[in-house]
Amino acid sequence: MIEVKNLTKKFSKFTALDDLNLSFTNTKSIALIGPNGCGKTTLIKCILGLNVIETGDILVDGKSVKDDYLYRKDIGYMPQIGRYPENMTIEQTVRMIKDTRKVSETHLDTELLEDFELEKMYGKKMGTLSGGTTQKVSAVLAFMFDPKVIILDEPTAGLDPLASEILKNKIIKEKNKGKLIIITSHLLSELDDIVSEIVFMNEGKIIVQQSVADLMTETKSANISDSIISILKEMKK
Amino acid sequence: MNKIARFILFDILKNKIVIFYTILLFIISWSVLGLEGNYTKATLSLLNVVLLVVPLVSIIFSTIYVYNSSQFIELLLSQPVPRVKVWFNIFVGLSTALVLAFLLGCGIPILLYSSLETGFSLMIIGILLSVIFTSFAMLAAIISRDRAKGIGISIFIWMFFSIIYDGILLMLMFQFADYPIEGIMATLAGLNPVGLSRIFVLLQLNISAMLGYSGAVFQKVFGSGGGMGISMLVLLIWATVPFILSLIKFNKKDL
Repeated sequence: MIEVKNLTKKFSKFTALDDLNLSFTNTKSIALIGPNGCGKTTLIKCILGLNVIETGDILVDGKSVKDDYLYRKDIGYMPQIGRYPENMTIEQTVRMIKDTRKVSETHLDTELLEDFELEKMYGKKMGTLSGGTTQKVSAVLAFMFDPKVIILDEPTAGLDPLASEILKNKIIKEKNKGKLIIITSHLLSELDDIVSEIVFMNEGKIIVQQSVADLMTETKSANISDSIISILKEMKK
Repeated sequence: MNKIARFILFDILKNKIVIFYTILLFIISWSVLGLEGNYTKATLSLLNVVLLVVPLVSIIFSTIYVYNSSQFIELLLSQPVPRVKVWFNIFVGLSTALVLAFLLGCGIPILLYSSLETGFSLMIIGILLSVIFTSFAMLAAIISRDRAKGIGISIFIWMFFSIIYDGILLMLMFQFADYPIEGIMATLAGLNPVGLSRIFVLLQLNISAMLGYSGAVFQKVFGSGGGMGISMLVLLIWATVPFILSLIKFNKKDL
């Protein structure tokens, strides 16, 4: 459960998020969509505490993200562009994160690690990896600790079709376990089987927050991409 | 030691620049101490090198390292790890690595060729200067997002304490030569970590007579046990205050 209350985020003069109010309830999978620079990543970074909140508040399971850092135990995050220390090998990176999480080996979810066959290249340095492989590492780390909330920022960008299929199946599996999943993506066609709710943002504001079923009946379209396009057309009028 | 700090420590110890720095210090100390028969004189020559090289390498290397680990910081902060812990462990890892490099480079030749009695004060200030200038580096690196600017700031900090500060003191001394300013001068000299380190070692070597009248003033102000305690305290303040300022800034930073 994540609640965003009156969140405003400014970068010097530029307002990235403008008095945002949102709530993400558990067991849903939510798609955050909107044009480039509309504040999706900023919102995610605010939830993770990577961006400091000045006005407004974000509550994760009732606890403010400003007070404590422990709420991050329940969040798995896969960044848009995974940036890792270049001199660390994949193995060291995974071990480092395991150490900071302090989760026992038996509770680890290594399904993605095996499916992506990352253990074969454990000795490779992060700096030498291709963009896609780096994304795979990010995905593995996001799902590994069985978090209650999974945040995926452009998860399939850069992944090959096989890997993105694996990831998609994993997302659906976790969603069916009742986890809260937040995805941002520009590939609307990919979201069809995954998401149950849509949040459409533009210039730091929420334009639409609606369940997929409602949205489709309202716009009389067969899939998410068509309905989003009809919203965009509506906006232009 | 925490896992994060230990990871950084081993990462730095493998770094070529730090290995080169250790070897450089070793060669300098070894040749200076090996060539000069008189321990006091040799320690003095070594002191001048240490006062120049240790702060410079510590501050520049640490600044660059902090900039390079921005990704590492981001990775850790998306995990359940508090910001204070991450920043503090970077500081601990960096300063431990630089202190170890100094102890290996200068400590071993001192133990081999000189006596611990004369070399001890030099080792203490080498350790403290490494920590102090790492602390300055963390502040310089957090002030600006731009790496070139950050490195510029650290070079300025080094120049200020190594060269400019003494220049200003010298100018003041000439300007106010007619007034009894010895006490003020000793205090001002003692506020500069590099200057204070020099005075600290000189007084331990019992050669303050060589410094003439100001030596007598230094002897009076810093020579006693209390004075030594105060010098230590001032150096420790220099090691913590820049770090705490950088920590406050880091806690408010958007990554």
